[in-house]
Amino acid sequence: MKVEQISIFIENKSGRLAEVTRVLGEAGVNIRALSLADTSDFGILRLIVNKTDEAKAVLKSKGFTVNKTDVVAVEVPDRPLGLNSILEILDQGKVNVEYMYAFVERCGENAVIIFRFDNTDEAIQVLTQGGITILKGERIYNM
Amino acid sequence: MIWNDEFETLPREVIESLQVKRLRQTLERVNATVPFYREQFRKAGVTPEQIKSLDDLRRLPFTLKQDMRDNYPYGLFAVPLEQIVRIHASSGTTGKPTVVGYTRRDIDTWSELMARSFVAAGAHKGDVIHNAYGYGLFTGGLGAHYGAERLGASVIPMSGGNTMKQLMIMQDFGSTVLTCTPSYSLYLAEVAAEEGIDFKALKLKVGIFGAEPWSEQMRKEIEEKLNLKAIDIYGLSEILGPGVAIECIEAQKGLHIWEDHFIPEIIDPDSGEVLPWGEQGELVITTITKEGIPMIRYRTRDITRIIPEPCICGRTHVRLERMSGRSDDMLIIRGVNVFPSQIESVLITIEGVEPHYQLIVDREENLDTLEVQVEVNEQSFSDEIKVLQGLSNRIRKEIKDMLGVTCKVRLVEPKTIARSEGKAKRVIDKRKEQ
Ligand SMILES: [Zn+2]
Repeated sequence: MKVEQISIFIENKSGRLAEVTRVLGEAGVNIRALSLADTSDFGILRLIVNKTDEAKAVLKSKGFTVNKTDVVAVEVPDRPLGLNSILEILDQGKVNVEYMYAFVERCGENAVIIFRFDNTDEAIQVLTQGGITILKGERIYNM
Repeated sequence: MIWNDEFETLPREVIESLQVKRLRQTLERVNATVPFYREQFRKAGVTPEQIKSLDDLRRLPFTLKQDMRDNYPYGLFAVPLEQIVRIHASSGTTGKPTVVGYTRRDIDTWSELMARSFVAAGAHKGDVIHNAYGYGLFTGGLGAHYGAERLGASVIPMSGGNTMKQLMIMQDFGSTVLTCTPSYSLYLAEVAAEEGIDFKALKLKVGIFGAEPWSEQMRKEIEEKLNLKAIDIYGLSEILGPGVAIECIEAQKGLHIWEDHFIPEIIDPDSGEVLPWGEQGELVITTITKEGIPMIRYRTRDITRIIPEPCICGRTHVRLERMSGRSDDMLIIRGVNVFPSQIESVLITIEGVEPHYQLIVDREENLDTLEVQVEVNEQSFSDEIKVLQGLSNRIRKEIKDMLGVTCKVRLVEPKTIARSEGKAKRVIDKRKEQ
């Protein structure tokens, strides 16, 4: 039920982001989803790719600091308040969302949102009980 | 184990009378052969005959690094060049280097003191000494080399650099003792970890680290990562090179300075006044056996104190507390004295932070600014902004608490701070460029 995400530490200087995508591209890794969080000094690039372990290894060998974390991919109904209904379920279940970002590809008629929770297992339970569709890792990596 | 049982355990009064005798010989010699000293003594209104006790030493003027530069290259040599068998020089960050010359007997003394130092560090005849100090004009490489040969150990003259080869030889040749700078030892550990080399599988048991100031916390980290006992060695080319003072492995607390060859004093760096034993100040050393280039009351710029209490190892020579920094390295930031080694001590106490740091000092609108750059590694990195901001806030707060100085912490990518194969470049002071 979990999706593996890699995050990369990036200093705010020109060319670093391009360096990451170049390294991954040359290693034949496809980026499925991407989000960049930044401060005035540094940024954290979060990626979902088709080959997580290979991506991590190749970035590490190029001197990047890389982490792997579990996130959850949730199918969001493509209608008004679609996302809102999910957030309400999480709120009622007292699940804390650390951050979230949208997936590029759609899953049929629905959008896909990536969630990072502080307690992933509990979040999955709350979402499942609330009737929300969670997408499996293999599905996401190969979308 | 003690290399020279007779001299290393002399009773206090014998050490002192030996020092007075050798000091007087040295003074007479430099007065006769070095115009610079003759002039110094004349200006101070003192003659060598007037120096009758160790207390009289304070009547003599200091010798500064600048005096060596002013007498570049051979002006302070006390013997004709025909008697000099080796010349070393220290790299001058500004202007000319300082040049030192050794007679055959000086090389002999140096080898003896380095052999004493190796034994104090726990090395012995059967050891394989992996010497990664630079060979060349720098005194580290050859100084340690001659001492290792005197001891009768097998010395591998690695010199600095070529880290992969260092690791290969360490594994294949079964090195048991490592000699290099403390920052290079951590770099070796870092590369070894990347290459999947486990120090626990190596035969290293002791590392002898010097040529730059390091902290007690850094010792813990080195001992853990390299799986050896880390020993602090002290020396400077102006006085001899490595082997002026060293920790004993028995106590690992304070560095025995070889008092039958050197007289240490501690002074107030501002007033020049001699401070009583036990008080912290600048180390001043007088050489009392050196022939090539004797040094009278040389100001080392290193900050330490003398530990007069007897040591458990049985050596009677006093100890110098681990150098807390060089007065040259001391930064004054908005009126607060800061040593880079103090910042390092703070960083090492923070989980997941490596002592790879650089200090950028600048001045903005007439106010000093300090930026501490710290490398982010896998342990301290997180995919959440708030965790990384928490880390930099914590570093900032600890530095403020410990040193009383406000700084900006910048997290940087690994290996952006240049790894030195020799001495680490810790400070960039942009105020000097203005
Ligand atoms: Zn001792």
